[in-house]
Amino acid sequence: MLAEIGQFSLIVALLIAVIQVTLPMIGATRGKRSWMAVGIPAGRAQFIFVAVAFGCLAYLFVTNDFSVLNVASNSNSQLPVHYRLAATWGSHEGSLLLWTLILGFWTLAVTLFSGHLPKEMVARVLSVMGSISVGFLLFLLLTSNPFIRLSSPPSDGGDLNPLLQDPAMVLHPPMLYMGYVGFSVAFAFAISALIGGRLDANWARWSRPWTTVAWTFLTGGIALGSFWAYYELGWGGWWFWDPVENASFMPWLVSTALIHSLAVTEKRGAFKSWTVLLAIAAFSLSLLGTFLVRSGVLTSVHAFATDPKRGIFILCFLGIVIGGSLLLYAWRAKQVGLGGNFDLVSRESFLLTNNVLLAVAAASVLLGTLYPLFIEVLGMGKLSVGPPYFNTIFVAVMVPAMFLLGVGPTARWKKASLPELAVRLRWAFAASAIAGIVIPFLVSGWKPRVSLGLSLALWIVITAAVSLWERLKNGMGPQPRSYYGMQLAHVGVAVLIAGITLVTGYQAEKDVRMDIGDTVNLGGYDFRFNGVTEVAGANYLAGRAEIEIIRNGRMVRTMYPEKRVYNASGNALTETAIDSGLFRDLYLSLGEPVGQNRAWSVRVHYKPFVDWIWAGAVLMMIGGGLAASGRRYVKPAGKQRKVES
Amino acid sequence: MRFAIPFVIFLLLVVFLAAGLLYDPHEVPSPLINKPAPAFQLAQLHEPGKTFSPQEMRGQVWLLNTWASWCVSCLEEHLVLADLARSGDVPIYGLNYKDKRENALALLRELGNPYVLSVLDTDGRVGIDYGVYGVPETYLIDKNGLIRFKQIGPVTREILDKTILPMVTELNQ
Repeated sequence: MLAEIGQFSLIVALLIAVIQVTLPMIGATRGKRSWMAVGIPAGRAQFIFVAVAFGCLAYLFVTNDFSVLNVASNSNSQLPVHYRLAATWGSHEGSLLLWTLILGFWTLAVTLFSGHLPKEMVARVLSVMGSISVGFLLFLLLTSNPFIRLSSPPSDGGDLNPLLQDPAMVLHPPMLYMGYVGFSVAFAFAISALIGGRLDANWARWSRPWTTVAWTFLTGGIALGSFWAYYELGWGGWWFWDPVENASFMPWLVSTALIHSLAVTEKRGAFKSWTVLLAIAAFSLSLLGTFLVRSGVLTSVHAFATDPKRGIFILCFLGIVIGGSLLLYAWRAKQVGLGGNFDLVSRESFLLTNNVLLAVAAASVLLGTLYPLFIEVLGMGKLSVGPPYFNTIFVAVMVPAMFLLGVGPTARWKKASLPELAVRLRWAFAASAIAGIVIPFLVSGWKPRVSLGLSLALWIVITAAVSLWERLKNGMGPQPRSYYGMQLAHVGVAVLIAGITLVTGYQAEKDVRMDIGDTVNLGGYDFRFNGVTEVAGANYLAGRAEIEIIRNGRMVRTMYPEKRVYNASGNALTETAIDSGLFRDLYLSLGEPVGQNRAWSVRVHYKPFVDWIWAGAVLMMIGGGLAASGRRYVKPAGKQRKVES
Repeated sequence: MRFAIPFVIFLLLVVFLAAGLLYDPHEVPSPLINKPAPAFQLAQLHEPGKTFSPQEMRGQVWLLNTWASWCVSCLEEHLVLADLARSGDVPIYGLNYKDKRENALALLRELGNPYVLSVLDTDGRVGIDYGVYGVPETYLIDKNGLIRFKQIGPVTREILDKTILPMVTELNQ
């Protein structure tokens, strides 16, 4: 019964979404207030019905209703209840339903927090968001229905992919989607502004908090995914440049550019058409990411070949949404104009340069991700673009960007003077350069890349401090929350860079065969292997190794890496054991039994400063949260305080 | 019209993505498509004293079918090939691949011979030139000696009607 209610709710939601698209848009064009007003209740009702559908699916999973195909293939009765709940969005169908639910959630948020906006604007924004909903609801109902019943239900289900049976994986998709889908708001604002022909500082002010919040979620989602890959996959890597990761990273790069560009558009009225393009691009890349992941066009041609309908549907949808908005852009952008003037040396031009660098970075990630596909389609064989390409390009683009990151916030709007900037920042420059060169010697030997990375990280932190000090010294009074948010996010970038630099520079690993009583030494620690015992988990059987960590003859702690075999699927999985610390992680993953005598292969990693990567991401998120919660956004518009930040 | 540049880039992207989607993994694209069919001169199955070479087929559209008596799925397509031979739409030449001559002759005696003639590629050398990695495989070669289509696996009625015969008609014009 619940499956049918769920499906019915989706159909009702689709019908409401169609109303949400049409009436408000027509109303806004013809100036009919009553038609425009339909948008708000329609948006809310649509969210409720999608939520009901989602609730039904979640309930079916929790209660093990294996008469539903989706439940039968992605869950089983042995699965702990929190993973059964997470299995709701572990499948293709479920994750699309989650996508749609989150879109509904953002729509609801727009209806709640847009009371102070012009009615035409709200009507158009809700209409644009509704059209995205229509696309996704149609996709669900036509090609990926999560509520299909089986005529002869199995007695027990398959299994949720063991890799996904993990707390981080429970949170990762909702967070990532909050980010992806959140850009639909900025996108809808941009499209509405293009249609209405009014792109002004107000438009940028309205878009900013939405973009920042979505960016904050996306940052969290990516960081969580990377953290998950680090401790779950057992390879000790935290970023692989694989298509799925890239799919989330491209919108992040573009939205980072968008946040900065919106700031300029709001404060100086400059870069208008560029900002609109970024708003369109950020969401388009989110959609493209969904397409790449969901159609399997890149990851596995074979997985996709089972149901070509899906890929073709998403591609058509992409064509309509992205193609349509870019056409609209081509048609209307000229009227928008470029906006305010600024000198070659000014905060505007620093920000523009950074924007371009971020866009170039996103474009090169896109190129690297799709290059294998291009080559294959052109019939030039199969190849893969690996980390060497991405790392080379990325470092080349990011080094100047990070340098400018330090300069930008201290430079003046409209017209800055290079000599003056040089005087203000010379000590910061000298200090970060010298410290960057010296510190690696103190850590463990000099490497040019480590010096470069550390210098950049210190440069960002020191210039942030200089900026704060100058402001307070000049009696500018307490700074707005958004200023602290920005600086905190920038410091987060610095912490992230320091982490990446140090871990890539000094990490070490050993792959060893260990008998009971064997020790291996790495990074100043001795690892003693005490053998493997068998342990039964809720829905798996594990071989659990006991490994003692000894430093300078003193026992530090005992760690228990596992090799699990899941009952339902028979899949084997490595469960790493990690001893995290501020300055280093010890990372153990258990391989296979070797030979007789109960010896196992063990991989031992020493990862200095690796947690700084995620700490940096957390700082960026806090910064984003601070900036978005600034008073001027929460307070209804009216008096607009000019804030120099 | 620089504001249209993003749209144009996006169109290009869509074309590639569409091509990527419609790309069927079973049609591994042969690097030989639209390239000249590799030359060879091999002894004929029925008359080992005579040889055959693709050059003799210039000006004709024809099929080169690799087959072997040990190949089970060749038996599957044998009926289809026999039909095709009777219809006379396109001549079929056989490349008897890594096979024993007696076995090959016995098979054709038993099931009938759809081939105008077959040649013996006993050591599989010519097969390497053609990129054969499984029997049966079928090549459609045009009047200029260019390979226009490659079928990996048995030729079915459907592939014949939907792909091969329309191409033959087109190439013959």
